[in-house]
Amino acid sequence: MTLAGWGMILLFTALFIALAKPAGDWMFTLYKGEAMPLGRVLGPLEQGCYRLSGVDPAREQGWVGYAAALMCFNLAGIGLLFAILKLQAVLPFNPQHFGGIDNWLAFNTAVSFVTNTNWQNYGGESTLSNFSQMAGLTVQNFLSAATGIAVAFAIIRGFARASAQGIGNFWADITRVTLYLLLPASIVLALVYVLLGVPQTLDASVGATTLEGARQSIALGPVASQLAIKMLGTNGGGFFNANSAHPFENPSALSNYIQMLSIFVLGAGLTLTFGKAVGNVKQGWSLLAAMVLLVLAGVTFAYWAEAAGNPIHQALGIAGGNMEGKEVRFGIAATVLFAVVTTATSCGAVIGMHDSLMPLAGLVPMFNMQLGELVIGGVGSGLYAVLIYAILAVFIAGLMVGRTPEYVGKKIESREMKLTVIAIVIPPLCILGLAALASVVGPGLAGPLAKGPHGFSEILYAYSSAAANNGSAFGGLSGNTPFYNATLAIGMFFGRFGVILPVLGIAGGLAVKRRVPPGPGSFPTTGPLWIGLLAAIILIVGGLTFLPTLALGPIADQFQVAAGTLN
Amino acid sequence: MNAPSPSLFTGPLMAAATRDAVLKLDPRKLIHTPVMFVTALVATLSTILLVREIVIGGGQIVFQAQLVFWLWLTVLFGNFAEAMAEGRGKAQAASLRATKAELKAKLLIGTGDLFETVAASQLEVGDVVLVETGDLIPADGDVVAGVASVNEAAITGESAPVIREAGGDRSAVTAGTRVISDQIKVKVTAAAGQGFLDRMIALVEGAQRQKTPNEIALTILLAGLTLIFLIAVGTLPAFASYAHGTIAVPVLVALFVTLIPTTISALLSAIGIAGMDRLVRFNVLAKSGRAVEAAGDIDTLLLDKTGTITIGDRQATELLPLPGIAHADFVSAARLASLADETPEGRSIVVLAGHGDPIPQDAVAIKFTSQTRVSGLQIGDRALVKGAVDAVLKRIGAAADPAAVQAMRDISDGIARSGGTPLAVAEGNRLLGVIHLKDIVKAGIRARFGELRRMGIRTVMITGDNPLTAASIAAESGVDDFLAEATPEDKLALIRKEQEGGKLVAMCGDGTNDAPALAQSDVGVAMNTGTQAAREAGNMVDLDSDPTKLIEIVGLGKQLLMTRGALTTFSISNDVAKYFAILPAIFIVLYPGLAALNVMKLGSPQSAILSAIIFNALIIPALVPLALKGVAYRPAPAGTLLARNLAIYGVGGLIAPFAGIKLIDLAVTGLNLA
Repeated sequence: MTLAGWGMILLFTALFIALAKPAGDWMFTLYKGEAMPLGRVLGPLEQGCYRLSGVDPAREQGWVGYAAALMCFNLAGIGLLFAILKLQAVLPFNPQHFGGIDNWLAFNTAVSFVTNTNWQNYGGESTLSNFSQMAGLTVQNFLSAATGIAVAFAIIRGFARASAQGIGNFWADITRVTLYLLLPASIVLALVYVLLGVPQTLDASVGATTLEGARQSIALGPVASQLAIKMLGTNGGGFFNANSAHPFENPSALSNYIQMLSIFVLGAGLTLTFGKAVGNVKQGWSLLAAMVLLVLAGVTFAYWAEAAGNPIHQALGIAGGNMEGKEVRFGIAATVLFAVVTTATSCGAVIGMHDSLMPLAGLVPMFNMQLGELVIGGVGSGLYAVLIYAILAVFIAGLMVGRTPEYVGKKIESREMKLTVIAIVIPPLCILGLAALASVVGPGLAGPLAKGPHGFSEILYAYSSAAANNGSAFGGLSGNTPFYNATLAIGMFFGRFGVILPVLGIAGGLAVKRRVPPGPGSFPTTGPLWIGLLAAIILIVGGLTFLPTLALGPIADQFQVAAGTLN
Repeated sequence: MNAPSPSLFTGPLMAAATRDAVLKLDPRKLIHTPVMFVTALVATLSTILLVREIVIGGGQIVFQAQLVFWLWLTVLFGNFAEAMAEGRGKAQAASLRATKAELKAKLLIGTGDLFETVAASQLEVGDVVLVETGDLIPADGDVVAGVASVNEAAITGESAPVIREAGGDRSAVTAGTRVISDQIKVKVTAAAGQGFLDRMIALVEGAQRQKTPNEIALTILLAGLTLIFLIAVGTLPAFASYAHGTIAVPVLVALFVTLIPTTISALLSAIGIAGMDRLVRFNVLAKSGRAVEAAGDIDTLLLDKTGTITIGDRQATELLPLPGIAHADFVSAARLASLADETPEGRSIVVLAGHGDPIPQDAVAIKFTSQTRVSGLQIGDRALVKGAVDAVLKRIGAAADPAAVQAMRDISDGIARSGGTPLAVAEGNRLLGVIHLKDIVKAGIRARFGELRRMGIRTVMITGDNPLTAASIAAESGVDDFLAEATPEDKLALIRKEQEGGKLVAMCGDGTNDAPALAQSDVGVAMNTGTQAAREAGNMVDLDSDPTKLIEIVGLGKQLLMTRGALTTFSISNDVAKYFAILPAIFIVLYPGLAALNVMKLGSPQSAILSAIIFNALIIPALVPLALKGVAYRPAPAGTLLARNLAIYGVGGLIAPFAGIKLIDLAVTGLNLA
C-alpha cells in the first residue's frame, strides 16, 4: 500500500461525495415532475413522446399498474433486443458483415442488457454490428438505467407520500429520466471522452503496421457514446471485450478517474434525492454514509490483500504486490479501487482481471455483489436495495426502543416484512441455487478453467454477478454455452425483477400509510449509531448468507495460496 | 414495574410446565411457531436417520444420538418457555372459573319484585335481575334501580366495597362480584360467555391468544431468515461435491438448526403472554394484545387534571365578595348555593363558610349538568347558583351589571393566575362574589412528565377549568399542553386532530360521555368504577380505577416490544459465533487450510458441532426469566435506549456465544462426549 494509492482513493471518495449533492438535487427536481432546466429544448420532445404513445403523464398509477407497465416495457425490450441480435445480418450498419448470433447467446445478451446487468458472453468488437451495439445495446443501457431510477422514484414516493394511492407514472418517469438526465449527461461525458482520445466513429477498423512489419486491423467504432452511458447507467457492457482495460475505452488515468466517478454519481446522488423527498436530507446523508463506510472497508481489505502480494510469486523472487492480470498503466491501487467501485455498484466494467486478484481481494467484489449491490449500487437499484436493508435494520433493532418499528415516519408492519423477506431471499436463492446446480451437473462443471476452490470461485462469481445485475466477469469461466447462457439469464431476470416487484409492492403499501411525525421517542435513523447499525446489519445478514460459500471459494483459495499449493 | 410478581420458578409451576412442554409437541400447535415447527421436523428426520444407522450399522451412532437428543431438547425448551408463561395465568383463571360456575340469577318476571331463580348461563341481554344482600351478581350489567355496596375483590383483589347505583357514572356491575348491603336491579348487558369475567379468564389463561400485528411481522421475518439459512445450508452438499467431498446429514442439520433463529422463536409467545400477565398483575385488563403494543407507540397522553395531576379534590380556601356586597351576606349565599352539592368541593365550601341554617324545607336543588355547568339551590323565588365564572355569566346573560361583571373578572383572573379555580356565586341575575378553590398538584408529577417528554410523549391536561387556571396548573405540573373548559366533544376533537397528524393517543375515562373519546383513542383505559358504556368503549380496563396508571401502561407496552427486539437481536448476533464453531468443523475435511477459522480452538470437529447445538438449546431456558420479566426499562429518549440495548443484546449477543461454546466444548471434551 502506498501513500499515493491511498491519496487517490481518499480523493476519489471526497469527489464522489461532493458530486452527490448536485446530482441529488437534479434528480429531486426530476422526481417531483417539475420543469427542468433543459425544458425549453427537450420539453417538446417529452410532450411528443407522450402524445405518440398516448400516455397521460399526470395520471397516477397504483403499484400494480406501475409494476405492470414496467414489466411490459422490459419484456418487450428483451424481445426487441433478441430480434435485433438475431437479425443483425440483414440490418444496416454492419460494416464487418457479422451474422446473426446463436439463440442462447442472443437470449442471454437480451436479458443481460435489459436487466442492467450487461454480462457479456460475446466479444463485442468481434461479434456485434454497429447497429446492434447502438440501436440494441446502447438503447437498453439507457432504458435499463431509467427503469432502475423509476423504481427508486416509486419507493421514494412510497415513503414521502401520505395516504396516497398512486406511486407515480412509470411512462412519465422513464421518459423524464432518459430525456433530462441520462441523455444530456451522456452527451457531455461522451464529448469529454472523445477529448481524452476515445474513438467515436462508424468505421469498423483501422489498419496498422506493427514493428515486426505485420499488418494489423485495429477495431474501432462508436466507443465514446457507449462508454458514457455504460458508466453513468452502471451498465458496464464494454464496446471492446477487454472493457475499460482497452486503451481505446480508457486512454488515461484521467479518463479512468472520470469513469469511476460517473459510475458512482447517480447512485450516491439518489440517496440525497430520497432525503430531500422525505423532508430530511440527513436521512439521505446517513444512507450515503453507511455506503461510504462499506466502500472504504471493501477497498481497504482488497488493497491490503493485493498489496501484500502473492506468496507463490514472491517465493519465485517477484517482489511487491500482486500485478498479475493488471493493466500496468493503472497499477494496484487504481485496479483495486475500480474493482470495488464497479462491483459495489451494478456496473461491472473492469480495468483488470478479477480472476487474478488475490483470493481475499477477489472476495470483496464477490461479496459486494452478494450483498445485492446496495453499496452505492446500480442506478436506482442501489437505493431500493439499501432501503430494503434499512427496513430490515429498523425492524430488527427498532423494537429495542419500545415502539412499533418505523422508518422515515412510516410504520413497518407485516405487509412490509413479507415483501422485504421476498426481496431479500430471492437473490441468494438465485446465486446459491444456480451455483449449486452448476457444481453438480456436467455442463456446469465444464465451465470453470481453474480447479479446486478457485474454480468454484469462478462459478460463484458468475452467478453472483448475474443475480446482482452486475455483469462483471471473474474471467476464467467459459460462459458462452447453452447451460451458462440459460442459467445466467435466469439469474439475471429473477435477480432483477424478483426484487423490483416486491419493492414496488412496498412502495404501494407505504404510500397509503399515514406519516408519523418524528420525535425524541422515534427510532433515530440519522447519525453515527444508525449508520453503524445499518452497515452492521448489511454485513451480518449478507455474511450469514454467504459465509459458507465464501469459505469454500476465496477463503479456502487464499489458504491454499498461502500454503504454496497451486491448482 | 412495581406490580407484585410471584417467584418465577416454583415447584408445581415447573412440573406443570414440563408436562405441557411435552403435550405441545402436537404438530398442530407447533405450526403456529414456524421456526420451532421446522426444528421439530428436522429433529424427526434426524431421529429416523439415527434409527436407520442403528439398524444397518455404521455411522457415528453415539455422536448422532447426542445431536438428536439436543435437537429435541431445543424444541421442548421452546414449549417449556411458553408453558411457563401460560402457567402463571392458569391458577388465577381456575379461581375465576370456580366463581363463575356457582352463579345463579334471580330473573325478574313482570314489573314487580317477582323472580324465578335460573342459572346465570341462561340469561339474555336485556333481562333484568334482582340482586340482594349476599348475592353474587350473575352477569355484567347496569344498575337500573337501587343503590348497593359491592365487594369486587373477586375481580380487583381490593376488598374495600364500592358503591353502585342507578344512573350516573357508577352504574356498571360485574358478574362474580358480591352485593354486601342493600339490593339492586340489574339489566344484563353481556350475553353468557361474553362477559367481563369470561374475557378475564381467557386473558389470564392466554388460551385464545391471538398473535399481535407486530408479532406476526416478526414471525414473518424469522420465517424468512429460516428460508435464507435453508438455502445457505441446503446448497452446501452440492458445493462439497464440487470439492470432491461430502458433508454428513446430521452435521448439516446441526448447522441449520443452530443458524435459524430458534432462541427468539422459542421465547416469542412467552414474551407476549408474560407481557399481558404483567399488565394483569398490575390490575389492568387489556382486551387485546394489540392494545398493549399500541401503548408502547403512544405519542400523546390525555390526562384528566383531577385525580391524575392534582390530588383528587379542590378545596375552598377563600370567599371573596364583590365590592358593595357584605361579606356575611356573601358567605351565607355561597353556603346556601353549596348545601345541595354533595361533591367534596361543595362540602369544602360549606365547611369554610362555617355554621349556618340547615337546608330550608321548600328548597329545590338546581342540579349540575354538563350543559349549564352550574348548580345551586332554589328557595322559593330565590335562585342561588354557583359555578364556573363563564357558566354563571352565560346563565345571567345580558341582564348582568357590567361593573359587577368587570369586578368579578378582575378577582377571578387573579385567582386563576395563581393556579386556583374561581367559582362565581349569583343570586338571580345579581353577581355576589367569587369562591377561591385551590388545586394541589401531586408531588413528583413534574418529574414524571419530564420522563415522558424525554421518551417523546406529549402530555395534554384535560380540565373543565378556565384557560387561566389551566395554564397555571399546567405550568406548575410541567404538562406540555392543556385543554381548558373541555367538553366531551372537545376531547374527541382533540384526539381526532392528533390522530390526523399521525399520532397515537391514549386517554382514560369513566363516564358515559367519555365513551366516544375512549373508543376513538388508540389506547383507551376505562376505569373499573366507570359506566358500562365506558368499559365497553375502552380497550383496557383499570381495575384499580387509577388514572395515573396510564403512564405505567405505556411503560409496559414499551417494555414488551423492547424485550422482543432485544431477544431478536441477541438471537441473530449469536449466529456469527456459531458459524465460527461449525464451519471449520465441516470444511476441514474438504480444505484443511480452513482449520484456521477455528478461532475458538475447539477440541474436535465433533465437539465443536455438539457444543454449538448444546449452546443453542441451553440458551433458551437461560433466557426464560428475561423473557418473562422483560428487559430492564427506564424512560429515556429512543437514541439512548437503542445505544444501551444494542450494546447489551447486540454486541453481547456477538460475544456471549464465543465464551459459551468454548466452555461447553471444554466440558464436552473433558467428559469425552465427542
